Amino acid sequence: MINVTRRQFLKITAAGLGSSSLALLGFSPEPALAELRNYKLARTTETRNTCPYCSVSCGVLLYSLGDRSKNVKSEIIHIEGDPDNPVNRGTLCPKGAGLLDMIHSADRLKYPEVREPGTTEWKRISWDEALDRVAKHLKADRDANFIKTNDAGVTVNRWNTTGFLASSAASNEAGYLSHKVLRGLGNIALDTQARI
Amino acid sequence: MTNHWVDIKNADLILIMGGNAAEAHPCGFKWVVEAKANRKARLVVVDPRFTRSAAVSDFYAPIRSGSDIAFLGGVIHYLLLNDKIHHDYVKAFTNASFLINDSFSFTDGLFSGYKADKRSYDAATWQYQLDEQGFAKVDDTLQNPSCVFQIMKRHYARYTPEVVNQITGTPQADFLKICEMIAETAVPDRVMTICYALGWTQHTVGTQNIRTMAMIQLLLGNMGRAGGGVNALRGHANVQGITDQCLYSEVLPGYLGAPTDADKTREEYLAKRTPKPLRPNQMNYAQNFPKWHTSLMKAWYGKAATAENGFCYDWLPKKDAAYDVLALFERMYQGKLNGFICQGFNPLASAPHKVKIDAALAKLKFLVVIDPLATETAEFWKHYDEFNPVDSAKIQTEVFRLPSTCFAEQDGTFTNSSRVIQWHWKGADGPGESMSDTDIIGGLFVKLRALYAKEGGALPEPVLGLAWPYRIATQPSPEELAMEISGKALADVADPKDATKILAKAGEQLAGFAQLRDDGSTAAGNWIYCGMWSQTGNLTARRDPADPTGLGQSLGWGFAWPANRRILYNRAACDLSGKPWDASRAVIAWDGSKWGGNDIPDMRPDAKPDEAVMPFIMNPEGVARLFAFERLLDGPLPEHYEPFETPLDANPLHPNNPQALSNPAARVYPGDLEALGKASEFPYVASTYRLVEHFHFWTKHSVLNAITQPQQFIEISEELAREKGISNGHRVRVRSKRGQLVAVAVVTKRIRSLTVNGRKTHLVGIPFHWGFRGATHPGYITNVLTPFIGDANSQTPEFKTFLVNIEKA
Ligand code: SF4
Repeated sequence: MINVTRRQFLKITAAGLGSSSLALLGFSPEPALAELRNYKLARTTETRNTCPYCSVSCGVLLYSLGDRSKNVKSEIIHIEGDPDNPVNRGTLCPKGAGLLDMIHSADRLKYPEVREPGTTEWKRISWDEALDRVAKHLKADRDANFIKTNDAGVTVNRWNTTGFLASSAASNEAGYLSHKVLRGLGNIALDTQARI
Repeated sequence: MTNHWVDIKNADLILIMGGNAAEAHPCGFKWVVEAKANRKARLVVVDPRFTRSAAVSDFYAPIRSGSDIAFLGGVIHYLLLNDKIHHDYVKAFTNASFLINDSFSFTDGLFSGYKADKRSYDAATWQYQLDEQGFAKVDDTLQNPSCVFQIMKRHYARYTPEVVNQITGTPQADFLKICEMIAETAVPDRVMTICYALGWTQHTVGTQNIRTMAMIQLLLGNMGRAGGGVNALRGHANVQGITDQCLYSEVLPGYLGAPTDADKTREEYLAKRTPKPLRPNQMNYAQNFPKWHTSLMKAWYGKAATAENGFCYDWLPKKDAAYDVLALFERMYQGKLNGFICQGFNPLASAPHKVKIDAALAKLKFLVVIDPLATETAEFWKHYDEFNPVDSAKIQTEVFRLPSTCFAEQDGTFTNSSRVIQWHWKGADGPGESMSDTDIIGGLFVKLRALYAKEGGALPEPVLGLAWPYRIATQPSPEELAMEISGKALADVADPKDATKILAKAGEQLAGFAQLRDDGSTAAGNWIYCGMWSQTGNLTARRDPADPTGLGQSLGWGFAWPANRRILYNRAACDLSGKPWDASRAVIAWDGSKWGGNDIPDMRPDAKPDEAVMPFIMNPEGVARLFAFERLLDGPLPEHYEPFETPLDANPLHPNNPQALSNPAARVYPGDLEALGKASEFPYVASTYRLVEHFHFWTKHSVLNAITQPQQFIEISEELAREKGISNGHRVRVRSKRGQLVAVAVVTKRIRSLTVNGRKTHLVGIPFHWGFRGATHPGYITNVLTPFIGDANSQTPEFKTFLVNIEKA
């Protein structure tokens, strides 16, 4: 039997080639063709991404069901190392090998929630309410504590009574935007996980 | 990393110290194995534990946690004593020949300029001697007693093999064997790389740990070389990128020092940060600071930033104090913070002294947690048995938990440890109503802006004036942001050498930071990322792994900052004439008219070798600093100081000066000194660390990872186990001055006791991946044990060395 990788195999079978190729693979044509619609991976969309854990930043391939058209909900069903990535060359370590379970973890948050002072439970709220309430808190604190000039009369325009800690798992674009917004508001009480 | 993951394969000797790459960076460690298999490289591991990296090493030596500078200082002494240095390199490319101010001194563990009441140094005496033109004086013979080489020689003469053994516990023979192996790379055609991680940074002497190693690499001539460098194996997939975006109070994107109260005007601010050359002919690249800063102001404030208003300099907040993680929690603890936002960060688990963090969070009016997962921080108010024994009713903090998407559900870039920026694509939507971080921050800002437009408030101008050119205001797209970070021309940018030649037309993306201007005609959100999205498109999305020279550079894969350069300081890979030190590992070379090779030259392309433009172009002296006259707060030369919790009564190097027991310049908050334990009560050294199956407090939410490593444990040596009557599988209680945890004991040969300063010293190993949320068995947050004190320079907490006691639970 010739050497065929799984992806080549899927390509051959999904393309529905004639009996000769399938016979080469050791199948009799009829049952193999009858199996076609059951190959989940053959119907997946492949997306290139990066393992978010350590800074080797291994290339990964995400396989999702759904073709990414607007009205279709995609679902990631398999993840593996990207063999083209020059650093990891297709490998993943035990951390990265569990990525699928992190994406689908039971602990993923699905809705905005609030815990009111002194209570013991979360309460689901809408995004609109969540962002409204947070925006009002931020504005009230900024307006009450903004410092325009220091004791020596120097313009300092700072706000340091609300703090912000940024993630080192967020993208550069998210980090940059957070930074821009924070300094834009005059905030200097910001730091990141990257420090520790 | 000054070099990159694949480049490790080019090394002859690999030192892993202050890290455990086989376990924490497994797929990067592959390149260590590759070097061993293909070029017979040898691997040396120095670590308090016989780690998985040690298991495949050619030579392993144990060391007491927290004594790395003593070890490395001993290596410097060995290299100098035995004349095992790369002479031409050291003479030309370092400041070994520079003369230092004659009033510089080092006495009884303290450098000149120490102010005990402030626990800080005045660096006035650490400076170069300057001539009339303002250039540093040098002595090319390296004989002048005031030159760096001689100062260094005297400083490390104390670090004899006997002293190294006394402080580190490393057997002398092991230490000397490693010195010999390292010394072999002093010749031009042998190269060593060093891979370290948090095992070096998480100490009160963290920055100086790394500096000591950098000095060794300079003495050996291993910086800028393929297979060499000083390589930090960093944490998260984008920890490098977030560091570069500089979400730190003290810097703006691209490491531009943020203005403080002392910088009253833009002119003063720029002048202080724009260095003058300290030697003739040097590039002094930081002289371009005004271009980088002005371009940032244009990216942030757009049309509002004009030459007339100093490009909105007044709008930039001026920093008055420290706001690092420890400082923030200290402020919170003192009731000085009302609100707090945690974006993808779980400080209740990751910050030291959990009890203090708990108390601090309870003082907030509101807390906002943005995260894909249910973190401990978001539920600090909730009672979880002994793991989080709080009384919810007493905690008045209003807490918001906002669901964000994770990596697989967003487009954007991550920057890996090799500084390579790589685009990733979204594979599916996030669960439920989760939103991306950019949409959450964008949505929040648009709401705030609307409130300011409607109601006014404190200084509304910068809020209303912040440049917000995004097609959908509440959803700045990753593409728009990446282009903004990279930078564009706002007016035609002409060639400075030929005004008729336009390098970039108005509106075009810039090709690189050389095109940035200080007159407001360019905008770039982060100068070191300039060019990652040029007029030719998104270079971070490039996927050409081609490696024509076999050195592993892959210049067509993603985009490395700066300027797609893969090996920093690569000019130093050649001798003064521009010829590679080692032709078989040539990076760049001078071809008679320009610099070129298989990397982007870290040098002006037309700088003739006889112009003597030196490789360390960001330094105004053009050479690397064996002696650091600025930037380090705790001394120009690394010195061994004990951890803040130490098993010793005195610093063996300065037994009579209690001020020099631990880092004299480390910041100590009131109350934290009292929260430090003494060896009489807590006799064992403890260290927290990672396991191959888990990543921080993240993978415990993943079932597969939870299955492979489900339950919290600690590790002790057979000897300590015997002394304490503990067997494998027993439950033990580990106590520090600040808290305690209970876990299963694993008795292992991987840890052994060491004799330090004549006394037996034991290590308690504490893997840290558990918490009260997740798919694993619930466990204690190990930071219930750790001290609230950080490195003098970076304020990275001392997680790697503290004192505990243990007993059967
Ligand atoms: S798969 Fe493992 S080695 Fe690769 S990035 Fe993820 S955590 Fe790091």
